[in-house]
Amino acid sequence: MHRQLGALRLFGFIAGGIFLYFISGRVDELRVYQGATVAVYIVAIAAIILLTGYSGQVSLGHGALLAIGGYAAALMRIHYNAPIWLCFSIAILAAAIGGALLGLAAARLSGPYLAGTTLALAVGLPSIANQFSLLGGEQGLLFDVGSPPLSLGVGFTQYKWFFWIASLAALIAIFWLQNVMRSRYGRSWRAVRSNDVAAQLAGINISRNKILAFTLSAGLAGLAGALLAMTIGTVSPSAFPLSLSFSLLAGAVISGITTLGGVMIGAVTLVAIPEIAAAVANRFGTSERVANNLPGFLVSALLIATVLFVPNGPVEQFRAARSRTGVTTRK
Amino acid sequence: MFQFINTILIGITSGAIYSLMAISIVLVWRSTRVINFAQAGLALLSTYIGYEVVSRTGSYWLAVPIAMIAGAAVAGFIELAFMRLLLKHTSSGPIAGVAPIIATLGLLGIIHASIIFIWGGHDVLIKSPLSNVGYSIGKQTLVFSPMKLAIISSVVLLVLALSALFQRTNIGLSLRASAFSPEIARLAGVRVDFIRTLGWALAGAAGAVAGLLQVSNGNGSLSPDSMEFPLLLISGFIAAVIGGLDSLVGAVIGGLVLGLVISFVLMYINGGLFFIAPFIILLIVLLLRPQGIIGAKVSRRA
Repeated sequence: MHRQLGALRLFGFIAGGIFLYFISGRVDELRVYQGATVAVYIVAIAAIILLTGYSGQVSLGHGALLAIGGYAAALMRIHYNAPIWLCFSIAILAAAIGGALLGLAAARLSGPYLAGTTLALAVGLPSIANQFSLLGGEQGLLFDVGSPPLSLGVGFTQYKWFFWIASLAALIAIFWLQNVMRSRYGRSWRAVRSNDVAAQLAGINISRNKILAFTLSAGLAGLAGALLAMTIGTVSPSAFPLSLSFSLLAGAVISGITTLGGVMIGAVTLVAIPEIAAAVANRFGTSERVANNLPGFLVSALLIATVLFVPNGPVEQFRAARSRTGVTTRK
Repeated sequence: MFQFINTILIGITSGAIYSLMAISIVLVWRSTRVINFAQAGLALLSTYIGYEVVSRTGSYWLAVPIAMIAGAAVAGFIELAFMRLLLKHTSSGPIAGVAPIIATLGLLGIIHASIIFIWGGHDVLIKSPLSNVGYSIGKQTLVFSPMKLAIISSVVLLVLALSALFQRTNIGLSLRASAFSPEIARLAGVRVDFIRTLGWALAGAAGAVAGLLQVSNGNGSLSPDSMEFPLLLISGFIAAVIGGLDSLVGAVIGGLVLGLVISFVLMYINGGLFFIAPFIILLIVLLLRPQGIIGAKVSRRA
């Protein structure tokens, strides 16, 4: 039964991939690029949901972990001319090691302390890039995944190639994460989250669980960082600003921080909001300073509205509403 | 030797400002058990209001109290109209521990965007009221200037005023009682909800002064995107953690310790460590002495 379900889910993901393939052939370049960005955000937001929603730790510094992944991938590409898949694997590995170190400290800290510590990291890390010439300073490093293979045809554009790579990575990451959530570890995280004393009595080692969650989340963040570097084409301190960490957290909250089910919502929102803001600014002919800041304002407002009105996210709210009307759902 | 004295003076000046920011974080933590990440935004907003006063009236010393009142009013309003509702909505469930952090971050974003809507994103200049040229001893010039002296004196004055408020008045007694145990304070007839708003307002005022002084300690330029304010928040948070997060005296000591350590690291080890040094100091403190240097022995685990 279980294996059947798993096979079914795998089939669903493959079907999703084929669907995306056909879509990518039918829309214009800008949308394809935005699609790639959505895929990047999906991975990054999933990393935060794993950490915050499932193990109850808040990180305001995931931008720093993304940066580790991005720089690791770029360095591999530049110095060893490694193939893309190896670059991404190294990115995941490097960020996971960073995350494990951070997790060692994090396991001893509760909510606000951890949030402040990771915030300090996010503020401090970009300046490291200026310290070592290896990392390229303000300009950063180039990260070029190369043009798409010729076998895909002449009309196959660079953006489409980005979109393919990012979507494939996102599909694999989410599929893997769903399985982790259903494993022993996922169950222990949920147990710790709902009652840590009871979980401890049941024999769960809380700090080891927290460190593991931090490590896995950091690995995902590293993958997202490498993907982000790929779509931008470079890694530099300005590609991973403090506001990136904040908007990722906002995306996770808007998705519903307690379930993976809504991860699409947050990712699409983060990509759509600048578009919406630009449209609104155009419509009302606002000044440039308002137009430039409307996205940040909208994300923050949406974040606050979500925390106030649907604190567990739209998906969970929908489930709760359904179970109230008598339809039982799996919790 | 001369460099050594300079390093100490720089450390004490910036440490004094960190102390103020730490005090504002401690005040909010004591009254509502929330780390207010929007405190940097509030400080920035009050500093802009101070800038507006300086540019209209030309008087810096009028700007300080007005910025304090504005900071107190905004912070009090946020507690009254928003945080109270939020904490009631999210008192249970997996979101409970996360919601206040996320909400104050959302506030930070809204305040930041509003500042740019009103004042624009470019640099503005707050003219320093006193000379920033250092005093001279013999032929050598100290980095210590009349402005820096004024910064330290105003922080000392504020801290004295705050401790008088806490130790000598009934309101101070209520503030301490509500922080110690809201339930018992309520039974003793303290209006805990009002006291919470007051705690936020005091924090807003302290943050306003910290923001203005931070700008005057530098070159006087103010922009919504400068790293000064996130750094001020981080430094305030770290200073508060060093001091144990619950104690005003601890916050002052924490601020001075942090200011001195950073100043010495920058001068004697490497000037490029400016942004990462606070993080390393914070990690060391949290791992070695998580209850703070004068905090009571309570675990920081969840």
